[in-house]
Amino acid sequence: MKNNGHKSTSPVTLLPKCPTGIQGLDEITGGGLPRGRPTLMCGGPGCGKTLFAAEFLVRGAVQFGEPGVFMAFEETEAELKANVASLGFDLAGLVRRKKIAIDYVRIERSEVQESGEYDLEGLFVRLNHAIDSIGARRVVLDTLEALFASLPNEAILRAELRRLFRWLKDKGVTAVITAERGREQLTRHGLEEYVSDCVILLDHRVNEQIATRHLRVVKYRGALHGTNEFPFLIGAEGISVLPITSLGLNHKISAERIATGIPRLDAMLGGRGFFRGSSILLTGTPGTGKTIVAANFAQAAARRGERTLFFSFEESPNQIIRNVHSIGLRLEPLVKGGLLRFHAARPSLYGLEMHLATMFKEIIAFQPDVVIIDPITSLMDAGTASECRAMVTRLVDYLKAGQVTTLFTSLTQAGHSLQQSEASMSSLMDSWLLLQDFEGNGERNRVLYVLKARGMAHSNQIREFLISDRGIDLVDAYIGPSGVLTGAARVAQTAREKAEALASQQEAARRQRELKRKRVALEQQISGLRSEHEASAEELRQIDEQVGTQTRLLTTERTELGRLRQADVSLPMGIGSARGNSKPKSKR
Amino acid sequence: MKTKKSSASPRQPAKLWQLRLYVMDTTPKSETAFANLKKFCESHLKGRYRITVIDLLKRPHLAKGDQILAIPTVVRKLPKPVRTILGNLSDTERVLVGLDLRPAG
Repeated sequence: MKNNGHKSTSPVTLLPKCPTGIQGLDEITGGGLPRGRPTLMCGGPGCGKTLFAAEFLVRGAVQFGEPGVFMAFEETEAELKANVASLGFDLAGLVRRKKIAIDYVRIERSEVQESGEYDLEGLFVRLNHAIDSIGARRVVLDTLEALFASLPNEAILRAELRRLFRWLKDKGVTAVITAERGREQLTRHGLEEYVSDCVILLDHRVNEQIATRHLRVVKYRGALHGTNEFPFLIGAEGISVLPITSLGLNHKISAERIATGIPRLDAMLGGRGFFRGSSILLTGTPGTGKTIVAANFAQAAARRGERTLFFSFEESPNQIIRNVHSIGLRLEPLVKGGLLRFHAARPSLYGLEMHLATMFKEIIAFQPDVVIIDPITSLMDAGTASECRAMVTRLVDYLKAGQVTTLFTSLTQAGHSLQQSEASMSSLMDSWLLLQDFEGNGERNRVLYVLKARGMAHSNQIREFLISDRGIDLVDAYIGPSGVLTGAARVAQTAREKAEALASQQEAARRQRELKRKRVALEQQISGLRSEHEASAEELRQIDEQVGTQTRLLTTERTELGRLRQADVSLPMGIGSARGNSKPKSKR
Repeated sequence: MKTKKSSASPRQPAKLWQLRLYVMDTTPKSETAFANLKKFCESHLKGRYRITVIDLLKRPHLAKGDQILAIPTVVRKLPKPVRTILGNLSDTERVLVGLDLRPAG
């Protein structure tokens, strides 16, 4: 919390306080207005003084059992009743039940003449009578300064007012005195001089055509109070002051995780999705699918039976339902089943504070488990940067305190640095997803990063984000030497790789086949040679045989011849020896 | 409540003036106012006025009806329109203006 004025822990104080019941005011003042003392509420025309005062009385009568007197100097009783009826207060009924007394004081200067001394005892009598008639504990004087216009003698009036405030204190009523704001002073007639216990300043400013009301506790004697300007608004259920600083950083923390509706995204977020009660920022340039991610999350949550509230500031509910239908999300049955609720409003419809109040009201009424705000940046146009930051802070704090998981989508204008423009908001967020366009190859492709996810291990990788009629898919983007490839380029790259693999496979097969063929050829060669070898061996054998036969035949022939010639018996001898031996034998 | 009646004057048309004097208690201030008013009526409206004195201490609820803030206050109920004079009526000139008795110009 940056602008710290309010101490959240109120110290021991002797000053008793009177709770106003007005949302937020009691937090700023540490319990309410000073009890038994007058409080001055000043502001310009149309800043809500009368309504503040009226709510103080009505809440006192209804919530705290303290009847009140409304002394009106500007509006008649009938007008007053009609005016506060717009805040849902039944003033007429309270008057009937004697919880509130209204006294309309009117003096027309043209009908009045002064002659000699007088005092305002009549006013005291009337006030006293009204207080006693219902046992009032609270008094509103709205607007006392009207007396300055109707009573000519200012000296008497001032003396009597001083006496009046003294008298109110003695009476022990808690009073609210409204006054017009002056040029140099807080009030036009210097009433702050008399009311010194508590002064609240209301202001109505128009900033860039958007009006916002502010409240500031200028002075609160004897008590610590927030000194900042707090925006407040007048809604259908009364006034709510929105103290930024009254919220602390002490939410209950859940370790439960909830799925995002996109399994691959869950995987990126440590496998289990977001923490329950965390705030998630989803930034992206136009057309990157923020609403689709949000719708996916909404569907997943509602299907789990969680109450989901979808604030749409750009599209009508029906348009969202129709659009996401085309990617296979069926939100309509969930809406009909009461688990999913849409709230759509144009950002420029009213000021930031009004939006915030409306959102608070919706949230209180619906009691959601999951809130989606699509997109938060639309609301940013409804106020200044610091106001917006304060508003988002309040919203985040409020939702976290209620353990509501919140997804904010945020539109980043193309051309701006994504991180920079969201930096102020992102520090409030627990998780930050970034959707981005990748342009190239004549196409745009969506990618998703997890920029931050407090308290969980998360993927640091880029994922390509595909939207098809079956929903969202996240695929690994191709990361190669030439950078990140997405879309057709990624597909082409994959195909190229596939083709290369196929080609090398084919090459290997071809070489295998060739080698096989070579081997077969060699084997054939080998077998040819072998058969040749066998053939020659056979021939050799045949030759051998032939020779043997011839020899035998020759021997046989010679033996036959010898026998015929009656040669020696040395037949078994060879042909040669037989032939050579025949003659030397005879010589010996 | 004290009431004083006077018979109609023969010179002027019978137009009854109804005056209310609001006071708080019987203080010197209210006594002075009553005396002044009576003196004034005697000299200007002799015989055709009626003064009703209302003590707001006893009847505080009557203050609302005539929009009384100041004490003392004289309210001319009749003739219409209603006129109001604040103060103890020590300034006769102003009372004449206030009660519209001074002829125009």
